[in-house]
Amino acid sequence: MNEAVRGALRRIGLATFVSAVLGFFSLPLLWLAFAPFDADPGVSASLPEFTLHNFRVLMDNPYALASLRNSVLLAGGTAALVVTCAALAAYALSRVRVPGRDALLYVLLLLSSIVTGTAAMVPVFLLAFDLHLIDSRLGVVLVLTGGLLPAAIFLLKDFTDATPPSYEEAARVFGASPLQVLRHVVVPVIRPGLATVGVWAVAQVWGDFLMPFLLLRDPDKAPASVVMYTFYTEGGQPDLALISTFSLLYSLPVVAMYLFVSRRYGFRFHGGIKR
Amino acid sequence: MAAITVRGLTKVYPGGVRALDALGLDVADGEFFALLGPSGCGKTTLLRTIAGLEAASGGTVAFDGGEVTRLPPGRRGVGMVFQDYALFPHMTVLDNIAYPLRVRRRPRADRHARAADAARLLGLAGLEARRPGELSGGQQQRVALARALVAEPRVFLLDEPLSNLDARLRLEARTRLKRLQRDLAITTVFVTHDQAEALALADRIAVMEAGRIRQLGTPEEVFRRPANVFAASFIGSTPMNLLAGTVRDGRVAVAGAELPVPDEARGRLGEGEEIVCGVRPEYLDYASEATEGAFPGIVSVVEHLGGSALVTLDGAGGAVHVVVGEGREPEPGAAGWAVPRPGRVLVYRDGELVTGGEEEETRMDTTGGRR
Repeated sequence: MNEAVRGALRRIGLATFVSAVLGFFSLPLLWLAFAPFDADPGVSASLPEFTLHNFRVLMDNPYALASLRNSVLLAGGTAALVVTCAALAAYALSRVRVPGRDALLYVLLLLSSIVTGTAAMVPVFLLAFDLHLIDSRLGVVLVLTGGLLPAAIFLLKDFTDATPPSYEEAARVFGASPLQVLRHVVVPVIRPGLATVGVWAVAQVWGDFLMPFLLLRDPDKAPASVVMYTFYTEGGQPDLALISTFSLLYSLPVVAMYLFVSRRYGFRFHGGIKR
Repeated sequence: MAAITVRGLTKVYPGGVRALDALGLDVADGEFFALLGPSGCGKTTLLRTIAGLEAASGGTVAFDGGEVTRLPPGRRGVGMVFQDYALFPHMTVLDNIAYPLRVRRRPRADRHARAADAARLLGLAGLEARRPGELSGGQQQRVALARALVAEPRVFLLDEPLSNLDARLRLEARTRLKRLQRDLAITTVFVTHDQAEALALADRIAVMEAGRIRQLGTPEEVFRRPANVFAASFIGSTPMNLLAGTVRDGRVAVAGAELPVPDEARGRLGEGEEIVCGVRPEYLDYASEATEGAFPGIVSVVEHLGGSALVTLDGAGGAVHVVVGEGREPEPGAAGWAVPRPGRVLVYRDGELVTGGEEEETRMDTTGGRR
């Protein structure tokens, strides 16, 4: 009897705990789903008084849609640069013997989190200033690429290391040039890795606030993450209608991209276990 | 199609490992040539240096007299099959076979037509649209062969072409490979660690050890008259009996038997010299009664080989193996004698065969000419 009661209590306790954790994570998502359609959004998630008025207000905002375009430009440019440079570097690093190669990679990985972090904010700004890269999208792309590259090389090197060298030797025996080997053989074989790194880079840039905030002056060039910071009412209160609607538009592209790439390439389990 | 000439080829890896040591070799036009040896003997390095995948540290490689030592692999006109086949996993069978033509920028229709011909030649018709991952091991091996042949290479190189197939398939693939090579009459060099494969396939075999060629000859020569103890112990599915003995009163005293000195070694052995006597189990006859000039011993193990049995006799000079015909196997524990067939006993001194043809052997080793 006592046993049964204790068992039931334990089960109830566990269910309560799991519900609390689930609620903690699902409430913000519910808010994101409902608030944009609410005539009078607050900070709580509730069934909306359905309206599309918020979207009309958003369309009228001069910066909102342009900022999404800016985000696409920054994220796309950075991802393209990161994937290209990381692929070349990872391939070279896994095929050429460089003394102290692994140590180099670990040090870069360690330092990279500082480059795009708050710690290096001032030097990065001064460097960009001296190079006349302030208020230039190229500057932001270059700084972000620098910050993401070490981790991207580290990820991709796993893929290039796992590719047998005999693929490349076979292509060479049949007369392929080094670039042909890369294009015809290495890139297709490590394509899942390239897709992973590309998606990861886009997501990183998409969510990054500090670097574009620091380096871009012109509000016309500001990406979505920075523009969202400017959505206040005249009274200085956060404009929840605008923020929630914009947040929804802001998150959809990343979700869509993830679904597309996941279906196209499939984030299978790579490496570690002999397939 | 081309003859291959290798002169003084040396390969030293960073770290000082000498994989090839001033190696000389001639492969005739249209010949099927085997590089045979244990792992680490340099046979794969030699093949890869001929292909151009490894840069030689010294010496030259020439095809039909034209030096190719400094040419990149793609400009030597070689076709190669890798041990793991190295089929491109993202391409279909047809695209894989057509790849050498794609690199040469042949029009798509032309290269697909020729790839389809090559696929048909190797019995791959109907599989053209599949990916390598959807093929059996034997089919993958044939795709690799077709890809290496489609561009009509001057020299065909195979790195352990049969080692990744299971035993039954291997025999079938072996026969197919030999027929293909004979039909195309293309100069072919292949690497193997399996002496049976080398004996079955090759016109000539180079037995290698530590970056050097220890013996060069036809399968018959290499099997019947191994030039040294290394080749003797390496060649043959049942290893050769190598028994220590001495020369006494003009006869060879070995393992409890007294044998006459073989004709070729007569006059070349001094009294009291330490020698090694080599005779293959296949060239010994079993006798159940004491026989003149036979190795005595007690039957300890009888292993069935199918059509025959391998009998181990424990004698004074160690174990002697004899191959005994079907139905004549002795019982373990019985006393037996192993009688060498006339002319099949070889005498080795300091690891080298004692023979009158020594000068001839040396000459052949450097020029590599076919007998």
